[in-house]
Amino acid sequence: MNRHTLDARRLLCPMPVIRAQARVAQLQAGDILDVVCTDPGAKNDIPAWCRMHGHRVLAIDEHNREITISLEVGSGE
Amino acid sequence: MAKQQYKAVALLSGGLDSTLAVRVLQDQSIHVEAINFYTGFCVEGHTHAIRRQDQNKVKRNNALWAAEQLGIKLHIIDVIEEYKPVLLAPRHGYGSHLNPCLDCKSFMVGKALHWMQEHDFDFIITGEVIGQRPMSQRRDTLPVVARESGAQDRLLRPLCAKLLPPTLPEREGWVDRERLHAFNGRSRKPQMALAQHYKITDYAQPAGGCCFLTDASYSHKLADLWQARHRRDYELDDIMLLKVGRHLRPSPDFKMIIGREEGENNFLEGYRHAFIHLRTPDCTGPLVLIDGQPSHADLELAARITARYCKNRDQARVRVQITPPDAAAWELDVAPLAADAIPAEWLL
Repeated sequence: MNRHTLDARRLLCPMPVIRAQARVAQLQAGDILDVVCTDPGAKNDIPAWCRMHGHRVLAIDEHNREITISLEVGSGE
Repeated sequence: MAKQQYKAVALLSGGLDSTLAVRVLQDQSIHVEAINFYTGFCVEGHTHAIRRQDQNKVKRNNALWAAEQLGIKLHIIDVIEEYKPVLLAPRHGYGSHLNPCLDCKSFMVGKALHWMQEHDFDFIITGEVIGQRPMSQRRDTLPVVARESGAQDRLLRPLCAKLLPPTLPEREGWVDRERLHAFNGRSRKPQMALAQHYKITDYAQPAGGCCFLTDASYSHKLADLWQARHRRDYELDDIMLLKVGRHLRPSPDFKMIIGREEGENNFLEGYRHAFIHLRTPDCTGPLVLIDGQPSHADLELAARITARYCKNRDQARVRVQITPPDAAAWELDVAPLAADAIPAEWLL
């Protein structure tokens, strides 16, 4: 299992989802991706995208205006 | 032998029509997955995401939300670069504003066709209804979309299919044409009734549609950008900044983007590295970005306008800090411009 970070700050919906989608496609099942965002819409959108594509949201942390969504890559679509 | 599972790819905006089109096909046991193309001009609550006063409003991507309610997968695809020729030189021209709806629809169906072929799907569905939109959804333009996209008879419009020649999925019996619909015109009543039938109560209804290019004010700002730069082109940052702040053009040489509240100032902060920016260090005031090549006199005027929007606007003099992107900040001590000294034509 490897841990990766994706900087999606300043990007507005749906770009954080698009960038997460592209990054997840390069990762292995079990890898963890921390997506750092500033658009509060990502708190709904990235978990929704994870649910429909079989990935798991591990945590959503907010600090100042930054939101970090940690997701575990699923085993297949 | 087991019956073959046919697969359709849907163009899903999250609005009622595209949601219903998917639902109608699900009723016929078709496997549906959806795609949503992001052009940069899609209305996705960006203003709400940025503005402080709107922070408590629910923010969600309409297409993602609709797909989850429908129980299907959604693939969001970035087409920002590929979309430029569609907007900059539309073969069929623009609608009321800078909306190239017919070319846009053909482009998106064409992209969906490629996706369909790559992923071994059988046909494409959209939520189009004859007569629903004045440019892209007329009886004479629906065949144009099917032809110019290359999708031809693999493009099925479940909500008005019975008013159109049978498509391949209907002729081959993959779907039952009799269970499709014959919606026509601008009335929303048939869609509302069908939504009630399917118990769909919550769906996106963006005022003015789902594209900023149908908005008069936004199109005016985009046209101004092209005119000022003497070229028709744009980057994603350009079209994002058109959604934020008060835009004033006091001269052909420069434009001011003025944050109207804390959330917009925070958003504009992210662009300080690329623009000359102004602020009032002694009091609460806007962050102002300057787009263009201003002279010293232009910057003095910009400083007076900036002072006009700060908390100390009623004082005789206000200190304004001016910071170029790659040089040290400097200051001007200026008299705030009176509100009636800002001509209406400066406001974009």
